[in-house]
Amino acid sequence: MEIDILSNLALGFSIALSPYTLFLAVVGCFLGTIIGALPGLGPSNGVAILIPITFALGLDATSALVLMTSVYYGAMYGGRISSILLNIPGDEPALMTTLDGYPMAKAGRAGDALVLSGVASFVGAFLATVGLMLLAPVLARVAFMFGPAEYFALYLLAFCTLGGMASNNQAKAALSSCIGLGIAMVGVDDSSGLPRLTGGNLHLYDGIDFLVAIVGLFAITEVFFFIESHGKDSSIGVKLEKVTIPWKDIWVTRWTMLRCTVIGFIAGVLPGAGASLGSFLAYTTEKSIAGEKGKFGTGVPKGVAAPEAGNNAAAGGALVPMLTLGVPGSGTTAVLLALLVTLNITPGPTLFTENPDVVWGLIATLLIANVVLLLMNVPMMRIFVRILEVPAWLLLPGVTMVSFVGIYSLSGSYFDLLLMVCFGVLGYVLRKLSIPTVPVILGILLGGHMETSLRRAMVLSNGEWTYLFSSPIAIGLWAAAVAGFIAPLFLRKVIKKPQRVED
Amino acid sequence: MSSDRIFGLIAAVVALAYIASATQIKSGFMTDPVGPKGFPLLVGSVAAVCAMFMVFKPDESPTWPELRTLGSLLLSVVVLVCYAYALKPLGFLVPTALAAGILSYQISPGIKSSIGAGLGLSVTLFVIFKYALGLGLYAFPKWLIG
Repeated sequence: MEIDILSNLALGFSIALSPYTLFLAVVGCFLGTIIGALPGLGPSNGVAILIPITFALGLDATSALVLMTSVYYGAMYGGRISSILLNIPGDEPALMTTLDGYPMAKAGRAGDALVLSGVASFVGAFLATVGLMLLAPVLARVAFMFGPAEYFALYLLAFCTLGGMASNNQAKAALSSCIGLGIAMVGVDDSSGLPRLTGGNLHLYDGIDFLVAIVGLFAITEVFFFIESHGKDSSIGVKLEKVTIPWKDIWVTRWTMLRCTVIGFIAGVLPGAGASLGSFLAYTTEKSIAGEKGKFGTGVPKGVAAPEAGNNAAAGGALVPMLTLGVPGSGTTAVLLALLVTLNITPGPTLFTENPDVVWGLIATLLIANVVLLLMNVPMMRIFVRILEVPAWLLLPGVTMVSFVGIYSLSGSYFDLLLMVCFGVLGYVLRKLSIPTVPVILGILLGGHMETSLRRAMVLSNGEWTYLFSSPIAIGLWAAAVAGFIAPLFLRKVIKKPQRVED
Repeated sequence: MSSDRIFGLIAAVVALAYIASATQIKSGFMTDPVGPKGFPLLVGSVAAVCAMFMVFKPDESPTWPELRTLGSLLLSVVVLVCYAYALKPLGFLVPTALAAGILSYQISPGIKSSIGAGLGLSVTLFVIFKYALGLGLYAFPKWLIG
């Protein structure tokens, strides 16, 4: 088996190391870091608005995948710059980084905090990619035993855990999933060939493109929030003095990074849990290990290294269920799944046997992207920090226009643009009412598959619904789904999520 | 009345409408036990139950923006809708400059910065999209340039 992995990896590197692919990886990393650093643009928004553009460019599947995963990893790296210097997390997992990163920056150690978090990101992401390499093929073999009943339970599990973790109110999380699933049903039904729920509108016969929903819910919603705050959240921050490599801090936090990588990776592999849980668990674990005298929350190096290692390891871990089962673990992996589907690549166990070049090319790219990012980030830190100065009144209209052009170039129809604006408004209302929007996207992405697996299961069993619980794997998944949905109700009373540091 | 209750009621009505239209879905000749109606009905029912939960157990209401900001938001939505309709017939440059300028003004009211953002974004993005990325955009209306 070890030989398998090595020969597969060799195949991957033979794809990823060609000059053109390498060029795309470097461009992707650079663009991604800039996108991540832009205040108010997180990895999911950034990748979301670029997918339609990439698609319009007509790149082949491998090139597009290399480019976008580099952007994704780059954005994860770049996100910590605005977390640390501005106290503005680009997305939810980055929130934990602000807890110690921003106080450290205020204490005049901004450069140290940035480099240290960069190294921690590298350790987390690199080791998680190695973990992905070892675990994914094993899980892919297990996934071959999954029938439609198991898949149905698995999708349910993803909705239950993602909803349970993402929201403080189970009803809201479930409603959000239903919105997504309901939207996914619109269009022509594959098995009967007849239109469903279109209201007779011809534009809706092909269904609602998930890219339209993603860009609307992520990018356009963000614009509305900036209009509401009149861009007040931006621009004040901490100055970056000098950048040196804090060898001592890196050495002191070495065990923290390794522990948090393990925690983050495990959290990431759980379907539906994702990077938020990873960085949260990593930070709280390290905090309790260090105890009172660890001074977490006051700007200590361990408090910076822990969430970054955990967050990036979880991002790598989340690729395991995404690639082997087609179930994304978080908002960002949902966006990556959208990318794969756009490129006509169906994730699942067969991906490993039928498209080994895609899988292993992707894994090799991830390893390369990590090294490129580490090398790029230390010397070019000053350039990326300048990005923070881009004012909101220029950035957000820019994001809107890029979103419009991207969606427009997909279909050339005004109807999709209108839908995108509708999704933007919907996203604004949902987020105002603290209803999570990621389940909506997951619902649109997985709705079709979930329905198909239910219908297939019922065909196999002649309508006997107990078939859904007929195998040990299915029962286990159902139990996990119920637990994942209910457990947060009780845990929420015990564990409190830390709040953002106020100035 | 709290925001959650209002939203819950709206969601419940939408869910019921969804269920109602799902019952109208036609089945083909070959049907499976679940059929094309089953899953939409299931989703609609779960949504209705969740919506009722929101009505009876609402969370605290968020702070909604004041009337002026709400006006800005509404204006932005209108601008985006107009932009969606205008992009094809009027070409890229003019609608983009106008839409970007107005949005910019809504975020940070400054005449000079908004005009700069509008013109700058319109021209820069056009050059990038058209010449660097090779997307099929038109600078001006087709009837104007023939």
